[in-house]
Amino acid sequence: MTRSTIRNKTTKIQTTPADHHIAKLTAFAIGLHMIEAVIPSPLPGVKPGIANIVTLHVLYQYGFGTAAWVSLLRVFASSLLLGQFLTPTFVLSLSGALLGLSCLYLAQHLPKKYFSVISLSIFAAFAHVGGQLLIVRFWLIPHTGIGYLFPIFAVAALVFGFINGIVCMRLLQK
Amino acid sequence: MLFKFNLKRLSTQIAQYPKPLKGDWLVFLMSVVVVIYLFQNLWITQAASQLNIRQGNELVGTYDLNQTKEIHLHGRIGDTIIQIEQGKVRFKQSPCNNQYCLHQGWLSRAGQVAICIPNQVSLQLISNRGPEYDSLNY
Repeated sequence: MTRSTIRNKTTKIQTTPADHHIAKLTAFAIGLHMIEAVIPSPLPGVKPGIANIVTLHVLYQYGFGTAAWVSLLRVFASSLLLGQFLTPTFVLSLSGALLGLSCLYLAQHLPKKYFSVISLSIFAAFAHVGGQLLIVRFWLIPHTGIGYLFPIFAVAALVFGFINGIVCMRLLQK
Repeated sequence: MLFKFNLKRLSTQIAQYPKPLKGDWLVFLMSVVVVIYLFQNLWITQAASQLNIRQGNELVGTYDLNQTKEIHLHGRIGDTIIQIEQGKVRFKQSPCNNQYCLHQGWLSRAGQVAICIPNQVSLQLISNRGPEYDSLNY
């Protein structure tokens, strides 16, 4: 009796080709995120952020909406895979992604003639790190001493933002 | 053979990489400026101007650092001598066993702290702008 009612109620979720497309791109981003999770880092939080190459690539090829989907889905799915869902790490990741995306939303209107994906990558990296540090400063470690770490994270954002931008530009050329 | 360094191949590979545009360099330079600004503001601590001496929970006094002075304190287990000398300060003599407080040496930057736990004496350096980093808590 109960079994049959459950079977009757089971319906397949309707998916569109666009959903499949986003899922495929997100899978790439999750893969890169997993690879990055294995790389040891001298300071917790200083990471290359190679998964954001996918976000930038998607932004250029398919527009902002798809990029936002890919970026946020990647944050949720990766945190589930790494067992970090709803932990401070996840909140940091999410806040970084949100601020990075809002920065990209504004920066995508820059004239393409002068500003390539490298600029966007640097902007997004700084916004990403900024979002994370705001959470750290006002929620996790509410203390002025944390300001001591800001310059280190800024250098990381600059270097990795630049490198990711160049890699992404190369991918877009192909 | 496996790791043979092929300069020609490497250079062609690098040449294939895209060149950043003018605006990218502008963004890059601006970011470098921001980073330098952050380093200057957050990493270079200022010289301290004043000194707080505490004994247990109580503030013994706030002293100006720009003077030459020796302060004698009678603590829990004996006498501590603190020496102030033109912008810097140190524990000169302490009755404790480990002498960690003496090994801290001269302190001169704002936010620095030296503590003698056995004798319950602590020094805290502060600047005119008030305490910068609370290195006791951090």
